[in-house]
Formats: sequence, structure tokens, C-alpha cells
Amino acid sequence: MSDEKKNAPDQPSAEPTTTDAVTPSELVERTAGDPIKIGERRGMFGSSLGNDTSGYGGLERPVLFPGASGRPYGGYFDAVADALEAALAQRGSSFEVAVERVVVDRGELTLYVPREQLPQVAELLRDEPALRFEQCLSVSGVHYPQETGRELHAVYHFFSITNGSRRVRVEVTAPDADPHIPSIVPTYPGVDWHERETWDMFGIIFDGHPALTRILMPDDWPGHPQRKDYPLGGIPVEYKGATVPPPSVRRSYK
Amino acid sequence: MSADRVEETNAVRPGDEGRGTTDKVTTSASTDAYGATTHDVDDDTPVLNAVGGDWDDLVDEAAALGEERIVVNMGPQHPSTHGVLRLILELDGETVTEARAGIGYLHTGIEKNMEFRTWTQGVTFCTRMDYVMPLFNEAAYCLSVERLLGITDQVPARAQAIRVLMMELNRVASHLVCIATGGMEMGATTVMTIGFRERERILRIFEAISGLRMNHAYIRPGGVAADLPAGTIDQVRENVPLIRDGIGELEALLNENPVLKGRMCDVGYLDLTGCMALGITGPVLRATGLPHDLRKAEPYCGYEKYDFDVVTWDSCDAYGRYRVRINEMYQSLRIVEQVIQELDENPGPVMVADKKIAWPAQLAVGSDGQGNSLDHIREIMGESMESLIHHFKLVTEGFRVPPGQAYVGIESPKGELGCHAVSDGSTRPYRAHFRDPSFNNLQAVAAMAEGGSVADVIVAVASIDPVMGGVDR
Repeated sequence: MSDEKKNAPDQPSAEPTTTDAVTPSELVERTAGDPIKIGERRGMFGSSLGNDTSGYGGLERPVLFPGASGRPYGGYFDAVADALEAALAQRGSSFEVAVERVVVDRGELTLYVPREQLPQVAELLRDEPALRFEQCLSVSGVHYPQETGRELHAVYHFFSITNGSRRVRVEVTAPDADPHIPSIVPTYPGVDWHERETWDMFGIIFDGHPALTRILMPDDWPGHPQRKDYPLGGIPVEYKGATVPPPSVRRSYK
Repeated sequence: MSADRVEETNAVRPGDEGRGTTDKVTTSASTDAYGATTHDVDDDTPVLNAVGGDWDDLVDEAAALGEERIVVNMGPQHPSTHGVLRLILELDGETVTEARAGIGYLHTGIEKNMEFRTWTQGVTFCTRMDYVMPLFNEAAYCLSVERLLGITDQVPARAQAIRVLMMELNRVASHLVCIATGGMEMGATTVMTIGFRERERILRIFEAISGLRMNHAYIRPGGVAADLPAGTIDQVRENVPLIRDGIGELEALLNENPVLKGRMCDVGYLDLTGCMALGITGPVLRATGLPHDLRKAEPYCGYEKYDFDVVTWDSCDAYGRYRVRINEMYQSLRIVEQVIQELDENPGPVMVADKKIAWPAQLAVGSDGQGNSLDHIREIMGESMESLIHHFKLVTEGFRVPPGQAYVGIESPKGELGCHAVSDGSTRPYRAHFRDPSFNNLQAVAAMAEGGSVADVIVAVASIDPVMGGVDR
């Protein structure tokens, strides 16, 4: 059924991008406009224990995420970027410093912001009349263990009612070894619990949060369950000598 | 399992030592994670934790301490806290000086579990989050998966209309539960019986359409699990006026009821500024007078086709939220009537045409209950080997989703329900995060309840309408 699937690497559906956005402290190898490789997938079917019996165990495919987009971004995205650029210039900063990459994908605008720039960017997003993102709706963590140096991502979704329901996503990364990201609770009090949840689930420490305690897991819980290296439990049910392993180590499609 | 194993399991939980052995402990305020902020207390102030024991002893001990401050732990097993919500209230007499919510008692790891199932199976998990509005959970998830796949425009109009029908009926059911349980928590059991009686009509419709009263897993990436069975449109058509009468009954009982108004007016006050700062959406926001509704602001599932109003109220209090919910139910029924008209006139497919994504089978009710339709069984078991292979591959392996991320927010009965889905190109979600409106809105408890009396806390929490399944996920 899926010969083409087996052979072709996963193609991102992003439109090909042309220009190179400025990316200081770029830790991922990439060329201008290309999709960004965030990891690699080996094999076709099987567990991570090397007992792939499908015959496709040697298959290696890169995991390619949509790369940086160039101007024009389309829709209201250009207006948002312009307004942010002007506001940053006014504050003596610049777009190049505060935003390391702009990705427009599937009709959504993502700004990759270096973590030390996040509080300023959040403040501008809220306070600038041309931006006026009143609400930070959600903070979501994502763990990419294969992205060395930027394993932990915190993804913020901002929403503007004033400017006609505009949305912008801000993505901030932190290395596993130093999982600190400044808190934006002083700017958006509503993200209090969202940041606590992200700390609870991913172990990202939001510096400056008023009370960064666990929120969903028990206070004494060891580890951060949503991380990719956190093993799933599972009761080893024995049946005629064989055991059913937990889902994280079972054979599965890759 | 043997006793050894039990001991072993216990042993791997560090920090558990001493749990359950102390009834009364005196700790320093600064070590208590759920303790009150220490603006008026220094670190040496003794804190008396009342965790069972003889009440007289506790009173004596508290009197001996000479502290007037009382911290009451309400919940998580309290009938008035709307589920397993724990409220930590600091009281001065009957006045709440500090309120905070403790959550997590219903955390089931749904987001983590979804990472180990196919994209389609994810629906079965997320429908169980906020179990009062299962169809919204499914819709938010499916819309984000469809955006990741880039098939948003290919989903058939009939599937979208069925989604709207189910969601609007679900909105009525959710608001009915909110008003019913809110009334029950205030001691008005008739409100509860009317609310649940009317909700039952909607659950019967859901059962007829999806086979289940809750946790439907009916909306699927690419469409819906099955077309409407014969007769269900008539069933909806018959029930809409009855539900409308039931809501009218609630209105006649409550709208101008002096007892209810005494309990709800100016209680749980949160104005527009507060809502914006705390990221509040839904009826709580609309009760401040701002007509913000994602169905109008960024229509999905074809909401732009239907004629309805965004309901607002201007009192910023629990009563305003109640009135917003009542009026929203009428608007939902208006949409339902338009949708059944449309569904009656336009038959068609209910799943995308792309065979690499579309679930191969449609559900049908047979003599032995619900299952795959007999036509499909005949085809894969008797006629076409290729169909069988296709069915097997798609059901066991699932489809692959191109790498990237998508966030879709929809207007659930409680506010913006968002799904942030990340794919790494495999057959399973790399990460699915839900922005549950109850989770966010529950942060407003402190702002709403502080300064009021203990009885007002119940009304304030009920007016937010949190469902702990969604809060804790």
C-alpha cells in the first residue's frame, strides 16, 4: 500500500522558503530556507531495542520541521512583524536580536525567541497598540531529546481580540542541562498555572514565577512525566512465561 | 502479586516516609506548598494543620496558639466543589481573606497516553477529558490534526454540519449541567432535576447518533465516525421544542427568583480587566459585556453559515453568567434547527475522500449491536483482498502526519478550548496539549472569592463551571 511512504522521507507541507532569517546562536545545522532537521527516525517497525524484524531496520529518515520563512509572510503576519520590529527598535533592541527565526506554516505564525528576550517580547506583544495581544492563552511544553542544546521548548499562544482575533505563537527553547526560561507571569498573570503545569510535566524552570510548584502531579513526585525520556509504567502481566511490556518499549510503527 | 512486590513498589516512592502517620503536625509556614502567602506571618509562626482527630482537641490547641487565622481545606471530596477540586480558604470569621485552588486529583495522563496511540485513537482519549463536553474535545483535536494534514478544506460539508449539530447540542447539555449542579450546590434541587431531565433528552439523541451517551469518539480526523442513522433528524426536530420549554421552565423558576438573585447578584465579581489579565474566555468573559465568541471571530466547521447572536450581559457577576448561559442555549437551539434543515436537504459523504486518511469503515447497527457496516465486512472479507490490506494498514498503522505544529481554538461552553498538536511525521502524535478553559478559568477563584463569605465561594466556583476531568486531564 505505501511503497512511496517507505522510500520517501517525510516531506513537510510547508511552502519552500527563500531568504535566510537571521539566526544567532543557531545550534541546528541547516541552510537558508531549508526545513530544519530536528531528529532522525530509524527503522520502519519495531521497538527501540533493536529487535526490528520487519526488514526495514536499516532505514534512516530525517525528521524535517518547517524552516524559516522570508518576507512577505502573508496575511496579518507582516503587520505583526512590522509592529514588533518598530517597538523593539524604540526600546533600543532589534528584531534580529529578539527573534531568531520566523516560521509561517499552515497559516500560523511562529516566532522563535531566545529565552533572555522573552520577557521584553511578551511585554511588547501586550502593550503595543498595534500588537495588543491581550491574552496569553496557553503555555505548552514540547521535549525534543534529539535537538542537542535546545531540547526543551516552551510554546506560548497569544491572542488579540482588539485587533480582530489575531494569533501568534512564540516558541522558546532551553537546553536540558540548564532548563531555565524567564517567567512571563508579571506580564500575563493568566499563565501562572500554565507555567506550573509545564514545570510539572517537563521540568522547565520559569525564573521569576511567584510559586513554581507542581500542579497536577503529587508534590513528592520524582521526574517530569511528559518528557520523552520518562518511561511509561505498565504492570508486567505474565502469561505463560511472557510479559506484556509497557507501551513505550513495545513494538510500534515508526 | 506477592506482598514483596507491593513493598517494592512502595519503596520506590521517595518522600512518602511518614505519610499517613501524623494527624496533627506543626510545621513552619514556609515549608507548606499549599500554605497561605506569608505577608502577615513570619517563618516562625506555628501552623496548626487539622487533619482529622478529635475536634475538641484541635479547638483547644488552636485557642492555646492564640491565632485568629483559620485555614479551611474544602475538598477534594466536598459535594459543593464541583468535583474533586480542593479549595484552601483562609478565613477571618465568615469572610474569605485568601482563596486558592488545589487541583490534580483527577490527573490521568491523557496527553501522555495519546503519544502512544495512533492519531485516530487519540480521539478516544481526549473525549474523556472534559466529560461534560466530550464532542468539543474531539472537535478541537480533530481540527488541529486536520490542519496538520492540510485537509481542513477537504472535510465534507455534511461532516462539518454534523459536527456543528453535535457541538451545539452538547453546548446545551453542558450549560444545563452547569446550571443544574450550580443550583444543587446552592440547595435548589428542583433546578437540578429540571436541568438533568432536559439534558437526558440530548444524551438520548447522542446515543442514537454515536451509540454512546458520553465519551463518543464520534468526531474523527477527516470527518465523523458514521452518518446520522435514519430517524435521528426527526428525533432532534421533536426534542428541540421540548428542550426549549425546559429551559423556559428554568427561566421562570430562576430569572427573577429573589433567593437566587440574593445568592448570585454581585457575587463572584470579575470585570473585563480581570478577565483579560487572567486569560478568561467563555460565559465569564461575555458576562462582562464583551461579545467575544470564536464561532464569530474565526469561524470553523462552517459556523459562518448559521444565523445566531453572541449573548452578553453586563453585570460581571455569577447572575450575569447564569443569564448568558440560559440565552446561549436558545441560540444553540437556533443553530441546531438551521443545521437539521441543512442536513435534511444535503446528503453526502461524512469522511474525506482521501483513502490514505479516511477511516475505511463506517459504523452501523447490526443485530448484534454496533460495529462495522455489513457492506464493509462483505467487501473486505469476501470481495477484495486489497481492501482488507488497506483496512488493516490504516487501522493498525494509521496515517502519517507531516512534521510541524498546529494550534486550533474553538468556542467550547466554558471558553476557548485549544489543541496544540505537534507531529514528527510518524503515525502518532509527538505531543498533544490541550488548553482547557476550565483549567485556565479556575485561576480566577481567588479574584472572585476573596472578600466574600464562604457561601459565596461555592457560587463563584459554580459560575466558572469547571469540570475537573478537563482541568486535570
